[in-house]
Amino acid sequence: MTEVLPRVQTSSLTAIYGKVAAVKSVTLEFAANQVHALIGPSGCGKSTFLRTINRMHEMSVGGWVTGKVLLDGADVYGPDVSVIQLRRRVGMVFQKPTPFPTKSIYGNVAAGLVIEGGRSRAELDRIVERSLQRAALWDEVKDRLKTSAMALSGGQQQRLCLARTIAPEPEVILLDEPTASLDPQGTQRIEELMFELKRDFTIIIVTHNMQQAARVSDTTTFFYLGSMIEHGATRQMFTTPANEQTEAYITGRFG
Amino acid sequence: MATTLPTGGLSRRAATLKALTGAVRGDQIFRILLTTAALAIPALLLALLAVLVRGARPAIAQFGVGFAATKTWDPVAGQFGAFPMIVGTLLTSLVALLIAVPLSLGVAVYLTEFAPGFLRRPVAMTIELLAAIPSVVYGLWGVFVLIPLLQHAVFPFLRSLLGFLPLFRGVIYGPSVLAASIILAIMIMPFIMSVAREVLLAVPGSQREAAMALGATRWEAVRTAIVPYARSGLIGAIILGLGRALGETMAVTMLIGNRHDISASLFAPGYTMAAAIANEFNEAATPMHYAALTYVALLLFVITVLVNAAARFLIWRVSRGGVSGRNSA
Repeated sequence: MTEVLPRVQTSSLTAIYGKVAAVKSVTLEFAANQVHALIGPSGCGKSTFLRTINRMHEMSVGGWVTGKVLLDGADVYGPDVSVIQLRRRVGMVFQKPTPFPTKSIYGNVAAGLVIEGGRSRAELDRIVERSLQRAALWDEVKDRLKTSAMALSGGQQQRLCLARTIAPEPEVILLDEPTASLDPQGTQRIEELMFELKRDFTIIIVTHNMQQAARVSDTTTFFYLGSMIEHGATRQMFTTPANEQTEAYITGRFG
Repeated sequence: MATTLPTGGLSRRAATLKALTGAVRGDQIFRILLTTAALAIPALLLALLAVLVRGARPAIAQFGVGFAATKTWDPVAGQFGAFPMIVGTLLTSLVALLIAVPLSLGVAVYLTEFAPGFLRRPVAMTIELLAAIPSVVYGLWGVFVLIPLLQHAVFPFLRSLLGFLPLFRGVIYGPSVLAASIILAIMIMPFIMSVAREVLLAVPGSQREAAMALGATRWEAVRTAIVPYARSGLIGAIILGLGRALGETMAVTMLIGNRHDISASLFAPGYTMAAAIANEFNEAATPMHYAALTYVALLLFVITVLVNAAARFLIWRVSRGGVSGRNSA
């Protein structure tokens, strides 16, 4: 295998809330066009870790980091990095669907593009349609693009948020427990989508659901008490974990 | 439910039943009390309306609906028309809103989104303190501080800058529609600001994060996510301010110049309905003067009810889009 630059890399990354380190010196690599799952019990730092990648962590009160996060080899905490530009390259979907309630379905998908500006109406139309198709929502909403996004079901809202996230064509998509508030059907749709989307994007997903991690991801990382315990190919992690704690967690003995 | 009652001894069962019906009776008494209290409010409103209509009857009989469109107000000749006061009331409130709304919404957004943490609460509390100052104090401050300032500095400047508009032409007296509007704006700002701040604080953090995760700056997040989410509440805040502006009496009467007249210029003195009632009621010499003032009160009552109804309608229209947060769970 030739040496390929990982899409996302962290080195000695520590994320801090005030004086408490939620993520402790984590060094990891995430290859492009794969799905990477982060698992671990509640409060293990996996969500905080995710939020350091698009620099959302520093918006929390007392949130700061040491160490590095590299996107295509460039430090996202570098002095001349624009957080705005970074977040256009690293999109994020949250645990609860967060559609903008006053905007239409169309308006929601176009929101990121409109903020960015500089696109014609025709371009917007095209991107909105394509994004909704990629989020497997187009057929359900194409006749009511101008209606409120709040009329959609929870699962549809989450796919709408996914469409909104992929519309500006990011390189990386961060998913923070995207199916935690969905029913099994909605969960399945999102999981199926990940297989499609990883052709174009690099996906990092935080999940509480180990079956989900096993189903959708190429690599899995196990976090415990803020430290990265084990990282490896998903198949290997779930069949022959190297670490005892990992084994205990994935076999359901704690967490 | 009957099926869940214990089936032990008969006496135990009876005791349980008694305890249960006792609880039900307590509930009934409580409900009757609360229903009475709730019904008392519309009843009070109707009683108020009835008293106003009865007091105003002689004036209604003599001047009819045209009262609201007549300019003359001459107690000596017995000629009464409320048009200048109605215009004065609506105009001062409108101008006050034009000044107060951008300022208070701006401050509310600043305090919830931009201000450093240590500044937020102290500033908000200081502004809320302004709401507790009696309006006569605002009036005195207006007479001794605001009017001289306006008369010698602000109004001449406005006239030289915007004098091409009829609104800013004419003689500068000091006491004027604009002076009253400015004091009203200052008085309603704390209300609009503090309600708007509460409304903005209630916007879920997830909305802000969703916008920022899309690459929005703070300002863009405010514009695309936070203000739209809060818009029906923000309109509510503005309506609250408008309601206060329409009814404010003391400070306005001290600053508006109290002249029954309509002028195109905001520098000219005017009158509001509330100010006229307060000023003339004690000195009403004839029964018709008294009835005419009561008629003015009735009109003020109707106008405020109409404005509030229109505002409710507006909020309802806006919140139908799902802003109310019904579906947010």
